[in-house]
Amino acid sequence: MTSQGSPSVSQPPARPLWRRALGPRLRAAGLALPLVAFVSVTFLGPMLSLLTKSFYDPEVADALPETMAALRDWDGQGTPSDEAFAAVAREFVAARQERTLGRTANRVNRVVSGMRSTIMGGSREMVDAAAAAEAAGVEMDGAFWRETMIGIDSRWGEPEHWRALQAAGQRLTARHYLKALDFERGPDGGYQRAPEVWRIYVPLFWRTFLVSLGVTLLCLVIGYPVAHMIANSPPKRANVLLLLVLLPFWTSLLVRTTSWIVLLQNQGIVNDFLVAIGLIGDDGRIAMIYNMTGTFVAMTHVLLPFLVLPLYSVMRAIPPAHMNAAVSLGATPFQALRRVYWPQTLPGVGAGCLLTFILAIGYYITPALVGGQSGQLISNMIAYHVQTSLNWGLAAALAALLLGGVTLLYVVYDRLVGIDRIGLG
Amino acid sequence: MMAATAVSPGYRVARWGYLAFCVAAFVFLIAPILVLVPLSFNAEPYFTFTEGMLRFDPEAYSLRWYRSMFDGDEWTRPLANSLIIGISATVVATVLGAAAALGLAHPAMPGRKIVTALLISPMITPVIIAGVGMFFFYSNLGLAQTHIGIILAHAVFGAPFVVITVSATLAGFDWTVMRAAANLGANPLVAFRRVQLPLILPGVISGSLFAFAASFDELVIVLFMGGLEQRTLPRQMWSGIREEISPTILAVATFLIVFALLALSTVEWLRRRGAAGGQRAG
Repeated sequence: MTSQGSPSVSQPPARPLWRRALGPRLRAAGLALPLVAFVSVTFLGPMLSLLTKSFYDPEVADALPETMAALRDWDGQGTPSDEAFAAVAREFVAARQERTLGRTANRVNRVVSGMRSTIMGGSREMVDAAAAAEAAGVEMDGAFWRETMIGIDSRWGEPEHWRALQAAGQRLTARHYLKALDFERGPDGGYQRAPEVWRIYVPLFWRTFLVSLGVTLLCLVIGYPVAHMIANSPPKRANVLLLLVLLPFWTSLLVRTTSWIVLLQNQGIVNDFLVAIGLIGDDGRIAMIYNMTGTFVAMTHVLLPFLVLPLYSVMRAIPPAHMNAAVSLGATPFQALRRVYWPQTLPGVGAGCLLTFILAIGYYITPALVGGQSGQLISNMIAYHVQTSLNWGLAAALAALLLGGVTLLYVVYDRLVGIDRIGLG
Repeated sequence: MMAATAVSPGYRVARWGYLAFCVAAFVFLIAPILVLVPLSFNAEPYFTFTEGMLRFDPEAYSLRWYRSMFDGDEWTRPLANSLIIGISATVVATVLGAAAALGLAHPAMPGRKIVTALLISPMITPVIIAGVGMFFFYSNLGLAQTHIGIILAHAVFGAPFVVITVSATLAGFDWTVMRAAANLGANPLVAFRRVQLPLILPGVISGSLFAFAASFDELVIVLFMGGLEQRTLPRQMWSGIREEISPTILAVATFLIVFALLALSTVEWLRRRGAAGGQRAG
């Protein structure tokens, strides 16, 4: 090693050893650096802000600083101090005049529902009470506000609602995650599992898991023979068959979803055909879309190529001689398939199923368009909280939980296939 | 194929079942896409075959949905937006991705596995998750409802495709060739242009096509971050499907199917050329 590593006579001696050792490393790293930096800012940045948003919620604390300071030492029993009453009144009235109270009220309402009306309705009367007190020359101290506020709304005399306010004011909080796992605040301020009928998210996660599993298995059942046929066709025919798999892969998701609507809707082609051949009556058209069936069929169609392509690349490498040998040694074709062929395809089955499952679990567009009410998945709920309910903390917590699950699956994928070997078919 | 003499009747049934199943599966894959093409020439505002169409009556076919596609800016504006966003994102993704692939393929690259995992992660993260994060992050930066924000997002989703396809063309590349070029007096830039560029070019083109197609078809980011000014083709189709579905969407869909066919043929052609070239070299 050492004698070979010494510079030969013909090499220019100018560059020092460290540069020769480090130069290529630096140059290689320098080429990758721009994209690494770009991905860090435009992708890791958003992922970090997603995780942050799921447990850091400063809005109420920033909107009501004095209230939160006054509530800091309150032990959650009885009612808080007079200062807390005065601080709440002052900050509610001020926020109301600046028209920022509604946002705060919404946040508190997510901790204990009903708080929005308590805050918004109550604050209107607080403004009136303050004006009346000022006109009458009454001093507005804590005791005055305690009496006035409990008079306006008896909830201000109950610890439960103060605890909701206190909880909403915590900057670091697990409440989004607790909500995402269907825990709710009990009257004592502790968390407990919601009653079965009120559970939304855990059943939805479960449904997403089952649908993804079902779609993956369906893709495997359809994809396995298809991949086998492509892998065992003469090259010319194999190319044509491969194109039939690749065309859906390249065709816009929206186009494929549109076509399933055109095919499956009530007045669609499949129903028209069934009516025309007399299999069903005109009034007996089958509801095949805007429900779970629609989600299932469209998702299977969209994800099938992702299973066929890895299977195909594994099957192509299996020599046909193996099956022939098994059969000539006395195995029935079925035995040969089960004992000789299937075990050799397992790496492809594992990789393809895992990839399909991971893709299915995050699916949004297809269920949103063809799933109706019953075909919605967890990603639809995430989108709902981002766009409609504007409960971003909850959306972030749901997305973070999904991310955790997907990351776990990728760890498995990495062990099985190697994450850097994800191909493009 | 197995010897025909050894087959039992059960095997023959299974064989026919297998063939029928495969044919049905291929029909399932391809028919839903192809069915849209004739429907887009429907003379009536229906989404199903009229009796006239089934009789191949020329009167039942028309180009009206193609005309209405270019009528007004309902579809042309989204098309322009999709092209602007797609091309810009592709340029960013291709330049950064190709450079990164060259670095990753170099034998001296430190931390290759972890860097590869980082660079590929945008492609394999469910887009709904990335979309929520990007919505928060880009809104804070004031980039929500701007073209720039969506271009950056699409570029980071597209770059992994370029990294993968270019890396594939560099697999088995003999790096001593680069040193030979240097010894013969080529500076690194010349060596790259004359030696590596011709080799990776098919990968660069396929990767950029993948990146463009990904952007051209991307909807979640646009839904979360785009405003009225950033309506792309998928965004317009989304509204079309959810609100008032007009058969114009079938003409748009046919247009997109033709685009998919062209992109697919180009990539396959490049792949085959690459494979042939590799055989010749080896």
